[in-house]
Amino acid sequence: MGQLPNLNEFMRISRRILAGLATASLAVSVTSCGGGSDTSGSFDDTVTVGILHSLSGTMAISESTLVDTEKMAIAEINAAGGVTVGGKSYKIDYIVEDGASDWPTFAEKSKKLIDQDGVPVVFGGWTSASRKAMLPVYESKDAFLYYPIQYEAQECSNNIFYTGASPNQQSEPATDFMYKRSPAAGKPFFLVGSDYVFPRTSNTITKEQLKSLGGKVVGEDYLPLGNTEVAPIISKIKQKLAPSGGGVIINTLNGDQNVAFFKQIQDAGITPSNGYYVMNYSIAEEEISTIGPEFLEGHYGAWNYMMSIDTPESKKFAADFKALYGSDRVVADPQESAYNMVYLWKQAVEDAGTFENSAVREALVGQTFDAPQGPVEVMPNHHLAQTVRIGLIKPEGGFEILEETDGVVYPQAWNQFEPSSKGYACDWTDPSKGERYKL
Amino acid sequence: MLLDSLFNGVAIGSVLLVAALGLAIVFGLMGVINLAHGELMMLGAYTTYVTQLIFKLPLLKPYYNAYVIVSIFFAFIVSGVVGILLEKTVIRKLYGSPLETLLATWGVSLILQQFVRSVPLAYGTGLVISLIIGLFLPAVFSSKVKESINFKYVKFSSWIFAALVGVLSGNLISSSVSKLSRASARNVDVTAPAWMRGQVEILGTAFPKTRLMIIIITLISVIAITLFLNQSAWGMRIRAVTQNREMSDCLGISTEKVDILTFGIGSGLAGVAGVAVSLLGSVGPNVGGNYIVGCFMVVVLGGVGNLLGTIFASFGIGIMTDLIGAGRLLSIWPDMPLPLSNTINFFATTSMARVMIFALIVIFLQFKPTGLFPQKGRMVES
Repeated sequence: MGQLPNLNEFMRISRRILAGLATASLAVSVTSCGGGSDTSGSFDDTVTVGILHSLSGTMAISESTLVDTEKMAIAEINAAGGVTVGGKSYKIDYIVEDGASDWPTFAEKSKKLIDQDGVPVVFGGWTSASRKAMLPVYESKDAFLYYPIQYEAQECSNNIFYTGASPNQQSEPATDFMYKRSPAAGKPFFLVGSDYVFPRTSNTITKEQLKSLGGKVVGEDYLPLGNTEVAPIISKIKQKLAPSGGGVIINTLNGDQNVAFFKQIQDAGITPSNGYYVMNYSIAEEEISTIGPEFLEGHYGAWNYMMSIDTPESKKFAADFKALYGSDRVVADPQESAYNMVYLWKQAVEDAGTFENSAVREALVGQTFDAPQGPVEVMPNHHLAQTVRIGLIKPEGGFEILEETDGVVYPQAWNQFEPSSKGYACDWTDPSKGERYKL
Repeated sequence: MLLDSLFNGVAIGSVLLVAALGLAIVFGLMGVINLAHGELMMLGAYTTYVTQLIFKLPLLKPYYNAYVIVSIFFAFIVSGVVGILLEKTVIRKLYGSPLETLLATWGVSLILQQFVRSVPLAYGTGLVISLIIGLFLPAVFSSKVKESINFKYVKFSSWIFAALVGVLSGNLISSSVSKLSRASARNVDVTAPAWMRGQVEILGTAFPKTRLMIIIITLISVIAITLFLNQSAWGMRIRAVTQNREMSDCLGISTEKVDILTFGIGSGLAGVAGVAVSLLGSVGPNVGGNYIVGCFMVVVLGGVGNLLGTIFASFGIGIMTDLIGAGRLLSIWPDMPLPLSNTINFFATTSMARVMIFALIVIFLQFKPTGLFPQKGRMVES
C-alpha cells in the first residue's frame, strides 16, 4: 500500500526523463516547421520566406538568436500591415529550416527552400563555411541569400546580400584605435585565433595594416578548433610582449575557446592592469555574459551595434526583444544585422513592386533604413554602409562605447590592405564592373 | 626561464596525466576500450558546476571557498557510480570483444552528451543521487539479511526508496537553484574561488595558481592509486586478475567484483580529471571529446598496462608541446643556423606543434610498438 505513491514518484521521474529525451530527439528530427498560416484578417495574400540557421549542433546557441530576431522583425512588419506589393497587401509567412551546424546541409536545405517551397528570399547562415557552401546554390539558381554576420570579405556575390561588417568596418578601425589611441598605443601586437578561414584572413589584413601604420606584430598563433590547451600560447605572449611592458592582443578565437583563453591569461597575469589589452572581434554582449565579465573587464570589442547605444531606436529594439523572449535575453550586433535585413528586404520588394529577384536586387541598392545602430544604406557591392563603434567591456557586462565613427563607413568587399585584392572593388549596378573590377 | 619552461611542460603534462589516469586503469589493466571515458570526465566537470551553484546557497555560502575540494570527492563518486552502472549493464556482456565494446561505449558517450543537453541538471543530479543510493543501500544490510530469501524484496524496495530520494532532491535543487531547473545545451562556467585565482611567486617566477592546483590534484591521484594498487588487498586482487584471470578465479578471487571495482575506480578518476579541466576552460557536453584522443595517445605511448609509462608519456608530451609550441629552442639557442631556425619557427604554433608531436609519436611507435614501458611477463591474451 505504502509503496504506491513511491511508484508514482518513480514513474514521474522516468516520464520526465523520457519527455526530455523525446524533446531532444524531436528537435533533431523535426527540422522544419511553418510559421502560423493564418491568412485571415486584412491581408490580400501571403508570401512565404525562408529562414535557414543551425537549430542543432555547435552553432545552435548563436544561430537560434538570429531566428528569434528574424521572427520578431517579421511579426512587426505583419503587425504594421505586411508588405504592400502592386497595391496588394501580403502577410509574411516563414519556413524555418535547420542547417544543423553542418555545411553541406545548408546547401541542401537552400535547394529545398528555393525549389520545393519556392521562397523569394532566404535569410540565413552564420559561419563563413556555411556561406561558402550555400553560395554556388544561390548563384546557379539565381536566388537571393541575406547573410547577417560580420565576416572576412574577399567575396562579392550578385546573389548574396551581406548585412554584417566587412573588415574595414570592424577590424581596421579597431586596429587603428588600438595602435593610436588605446592605453597600449604604439606597443607591439600579438595575434591569436582559432584555426580556420576567418581568423587567418582577418589576421593577414591586420598584419598588412600594421605594416603601413608602422606597428609591429611580434607573434601570431592559432588554436585548432576544439583544443583548449592555451599554455604554450600564453608563454609565447609573455616572451614576446613582456619586454615592452605589455601590448595589444588581437583575439579571433571561437566560442568556448575564449573561456579557456581568458581564464588562463588572467591567471598568468596577462591583464589590463599589467599593460596587456585584448581587442576582440567575436565577443558581443551574449558572449560577455557566458564567459563572465570578471574575465573580460577592461578589454575591448568592435561592432556596428552595441546594446548600450543610447538612442530611442536601440532601446526600443532591446526592449521589444526582451518583452518577446524574456528579460534575461540580450541583443547584440549579429541580431541587429538580422533585424535590419528583413526590413531592407521589405522596402526593396515594395519599391520593386514585385517579389521577382532581378527587380528586387536592383531596388535593394540605395535602400536606407533607420536601424537600431543608426542610419544604414545598401551599397552597390551588396554590403551595408554602417557606423563602427569601439567599446570597453564593463565590469557588470556589456560595452561602454568609447568611440564611434562620424557617420557611416562604406564597405569594401575587396580589402585594400591585402596585396592580392588591393585596388579592386565590386559594383553590381554597373554590368561592366560586376564582382571584381580594377579601381 | 628554464624553470618557467619546465613548469609549463609539467602543467600541460599533468592535465594529460589526470585525464589519462583513469583510462590507464580501464584500458591498461582491463583491456576495455572505453570511448565514453571523455564523457565520464564531462560528468565530473558538470558535478563541479552543480557543486559550485549549491555552495552559493545561503546555507553553504560561508564554505564557498572549499567547494572545489568537495567537488573532487563528489565528481569521483558520480563518475564512479555511472561507470559501475555502465560496467554492469553494457561492458560486462562484451568482455573479450573489443570492437563491440568500442561501438557500445561510443553509443554511451552520445547518450551521455545528449542527456546533459536535454535534461535539466537538477533532475540529472537527482537521478545520480538515486543511482548512488540504489547501488549502495543493499550493501549496508548485515549479511544475515542478505542471505535471507527475501533479500530481493529488500533490494527492490531500496531502489524505490532511492528513486523517491532522487525525485525529492531533484525537485529541491530545481526549486532552490533556478539555473539548474532548465535544460540547456549552452556551455556553463566554473569560476575558481578567489584563493585559487591569480599567481604565486616561487623563486622569482610567477606561477598560475589553478595550474598548481591541477598539478596537486594529479599528484594526489597518482599517489593514491599507486598506494591502492600496491598496498591494499583489493589492489593486489586487481593486479592478480590483470595478470591471469583464470588462475585468480580458481584461487577464489571474485573476478566479477574486481571488474566492477576496477572500472568504478577508473571512471571515478575520470571524474576527478573533469574537475581539473573545468578549472581551465568552460564546461559543455563536448568537453570530454576534446581529451579522449590525447588520453589514448598517452596510454599507448606509455605502454598499455603500465602506470609508470603513462606518467612518463604525459610529462614527455607536455614538455615537448611547450618546447615546440612556444618556440623555446630558439630562445635557448638564439644563433642557430638559418634553415634550422626557420623550421623551428614554422612548427612554433599550437596547431603545428600538435602535428609535429603526433608525427614523433608515430615514428617512435614504429620502433617500439609496445610503448615506453611494455608490460613484462605473460598476458592473458598472449
